[in-house]
Amino acid sequence: MRGLRALASRLLGLVPSENREREMADEIESHLQMHVDDNVRAGMTPDLARRHALLKLGGVESTKEAWRDRSTIPVLEHFLQDARYAIRQLRQHAGFTGTAILTLALGTGASVAIFAFVDATLLKPLPYQDASRLVGVFETVALFPQSNLSYPDYLDWKRMNATMSSLEVFGQNGYRLTTGSGAVPATGARVSDGFFRTLGVTPVLGRDFETGEDLLAAPRTTILSYGAWQARYGGNPDVLGQTVILNGDPTVVVGVLPQDFHFAPVEPAEFWTTLHPSGDCDLRRSCHGLFGVGRLKDGITVDAAQSDVKSLAKRLEAQYPDSNRDQGGAVFPLSDVIVGTVRPTFMALLGGAGLLMVIASVNVVGLLLVRSESRKREVAVRSAMGASSARLVAQFVTEGVVLSLGGSLLGLVAAHWAMRLLTGLIPANLLASMPFLQGLTLNPRVLAFAAVIALVSAVLFAVTPALRLSSPVIRENLAEGSRGSAGTIWRRLGSKLVVLELAMAMVLLVCAGLLGKSLYRLLQVDLGLQPDRLVTLRIVAPASDYGKDEQAITLVREIESRALGLPGVQSVGIVSNGLPLDGNGNTTWIRVLGRPWHGEHNECPERDVSPGYFTAIGAKLLRGRYFTEAEDARKPRVAIINHAMARQYFPDEEPLGKQLSYLSDPPVPMEIVGVVEDIREGPLDAAIPPALYIPFNQSAGTFLGVVVRTSQAGPTLLPTLADTVRAINRNIVITGTQTMSDRINSSPSAYLHRSSAWLVGAFAAVALILGVIGLYGVIAYSVGQRTREIGVRIALGAQRRSVYELVLGEAGRLIALGTVLGLACSVAAATLMRGLLFGVRSWDVPTLAMVALVLATSALVASYLPARRAASIDPVNALRTE
Amino acid sequence: VGDKTDVWQGTLALMVLKTIETLGPLHGYGIARRIEQTSGNRLSLNYGTLYPALLKLEQEGSISSEWGLSENNRKAKFYKLTRAGRRQLDRETRNWEETTAILARFVAPSGDPA
Repeated sequence: MRGLRALASRLLGLVPSENREREMADEIESHLQMHVDDNVRAGMTPDLARRHALLKLGGVESTKEAWRDRSTIPVLEHFLQDARYAIRQLRQHAGFTGTAILTLALGTGASVAIFAFVDATLLKPLPYQDASRLVGVFETVALFPQSNLSYPDYLDWKRMNATMSSLEVFGQNGYRLTTGSGAVPATGARVSDGFFRTLGVTPVLGRDFETGEDLLAAPRTTILSYGAWQARYGGNPDVLGQTVILNGDPTVVVGVLPQDFHFAPVEPAEFWTTLHPSGDCDLRRSCHGLFGVGRLKDGITVDAAQSDVKSLAKRLEAQYPDSNRDQGGAVFPLSDVIVGTVRPTFMALLGGAGLLMVIASVNVVGLLLVRSESRKREVAVRSAMGASSARLVAQFVTEGVVLSLGGSLLGLVAAHWAMRLLTGLIPANLLASMPFLQGLTLNPRVLAFAAVIALVSAVLFAVTPALRLSSPVIRENLAEGSRGSAGTIWRRLGSKLVVLELAMAMVLLVCAGLLGKSLYRLLQVDLGLQPDRLVTLRIVAPASDYGKDEQAITLVREIESRALGLPGVQSVGIVSNGLPLDGNGNTTWIRVLGRPWHGEHNECPERDVSPGYFTAIGAKLLRGRYFTEAEDARKPRVAIINHAMARQYFPDEEPLGKQLSYLSDPPVPMEIVGVVEDIREGPLDAAIPPALYIPFNQSAGTFLGVVVRTSQAGPTLLPTLADTVRAINRNIVITGTQTMSDRINSSPSAYLHRSSAWLVGAFAAVALILGVIGLYGVIAYSVGQRTREIGVRIALGAQRRSVYELVLGEAGRLIALGTVLGLACSVAAATLMRGLLFGVRSWDVPTLAMVALVLATSALVASYLPARRAASIDPVNALRTE
Repeated sequence: VGDKTDVWQGTLALMVLKTIETLGPLHGYGIARRIEQTSGNRLSLNYGTLYPALLKLEQEGSISSEWGLSENNRKAKFYKLTRAGRRQLDRETRNWEETTAILARFVAPSGDPA
């Protein structure tokens, strides 16, 4: 207690105070006075009395020193003194300080911001109990390595597997939520009863689903996400027990999920309901609509579970050859399933930010070296005045610490804003599907990362100039104008640093170039449709009103005719099973009639389209014709195939007139009446599989995509279009409105490519600038050092041209070295990130050549300035000043 | 002086506190003289060493200081005991007595071995 009090008062003593100093002097003076008085009274002469008093005291200055040491904490006092001096020094050289701190802040800001993303996606554990024991469980087919499970398969796997303590299923599900003013769309998922127990998640309010609650006979219940509870029910606990109408079914709210819960594969999801398997799909073994999530038994590896599931799939295949032929099984760690697709991108970005950080640090080290050179005399003087070398080093260390502290703090601020900016740039639909990115903050892990960066840079900045303080050099430096070995040492070290910097800048430039080219290629891919002025609408019609085919067909005709009545609308089409770029899912199995067939599953995406659909999206008809309005259930069945199917199934034949069939028994023939150029139903960067198009009039549905081509700007039409559809029936919900261009640009593959291209591009631009500045610094310094030599050369008759050659030659060597080294590293780096490239090789020669050219040119321009200065040296002045 | 004072350094705080308790508020010079006198001039202080000790006691809250006038009308800083200081003095006195009692058993001429 007393110790603490004393410590506090000594800490306060660190603040310099004139008062305290004066009081101390007064007290000592009064002490001496009293002693002198006594001595005089004892008969001494005043002089002797004072000398005696001083002797007895032990000296005024040493008393004061002992008193001061006690009044503060000497080590800290020295540090603060150094820090004050450092800050004064740094303020006097605002240009140097500003450059160093900004450079550092840039590097720190970029790395910390990117690290925060990496932390949120790859480091932060998923919000489940023992998340590393959770696995995603899939069936596999040729078309999809991670395909859905069918409900009967799931039940068998759940019962028969020996490696998982529990296995549950889930599926994304959109809902029509009935409200007072008609139906509104709501997001959700349906899960098996033990889903949350398997994840180890307990509702914060109410209860979990009970065993058996997912069966058809059980009453319908739902658990709300925390967000839905807040947004739709104002966080009112009375929501428990309330009945909501989801897709027309009364459903009782039984619980609310924790705030930090998320489950990316189905997010955004507000209403979590149980399976209630029923209808055409759920009970059919060949209809795959669910994904599995399991918890591994203790001591079981993912591989063991994988082989377990594979053998189960084999057994089912033998048992049910019709439905389970070629249906394999696969198990992946759940974290791979959730963040697997973005991991390489984030790792590449972190690598880029790391390189930038290194370049920034190297640049600051270069600056410090130049500065320590110009402080030779200051150091020499301080050393001659008696500063111990420890104290001199302490001074440099302090300056390094202050610089790195300043840079890091500014960098943290930059990182904070960069994180907000980057999150803001992610399209809302993508952000919703990456819930782990929400609530991105400078959390302790990120701050620790920043602290490590700050520490490393502080050590680097402290050690670099301190290394220069070898004592023989100091003494030598007192002699003005002496050029010891130090200048040469720095020139060599500085040159090496610059070569390194240029090489790393080159790596970043090449990566940026390749990513940029990938993005360009990606956005140039043939879509098989015309995206300009094309808008899309996604609607869900209530099955109660439109469940029968004729009802749905009438609705579609109504939508088409009303939409065509809107100003500017040129054509309208309807598709069920998915809009372009939705994915290659919603597949069917087909066979070509009249050919031998041995039960194989020829899987292809199927889309059911209205007669006007292909015209509306601007597809290209290769052969035959589109569907007609008259082709409905009463007419013979017809089909249109894409080019890929024509190539694969009819390589040397005329596909028109051939008959396809689903794998039904007996087969129902569908005659091929047309072939369209491949339409991109799936991601931009995936190959287009064979696809089948069926007339909507022969295969109606209630989940519809509406495409409208307009002569006006797309975005202005969307609200009107949505209102028009809702006017038909207010129980129809609109679940999405987007222009086709937005769909393309905000599709996950486009977004990932674009964001990595832009970010790495920004890193590369900064790296280029820093690298060129670094080169300029080295060359300028070298010219400064050689002023006398160049002066002598000129005095002896050297041509200006040869001076240029001298300087630019030195720069050229560095640039050449940096470029060659950079080329080698670039190819290596690009090979590492080849997974992120699309339509471009990692050794793309035009990119490499272009980057080398840009780098060399800007570097040469930067060296031209000091070269010109060298060439204009006046020999008389140069020799006189030395 | 050397060896002899080292022992006394550690107990300087106790001596200061005891002196102030006995004489009431007192300035640094007075405390120094009094300590020397009490020791029968067997203890010779470097007066300068007293001031860091006073500062330490003040930082710990055992004494407080105030400017005033000395008996010869000189301006001087007077130190007086605080309540915490009084408690500390009691505690340290007890400690000291115990320490000396223990030490006395060791250094006393051993009549009969225990």
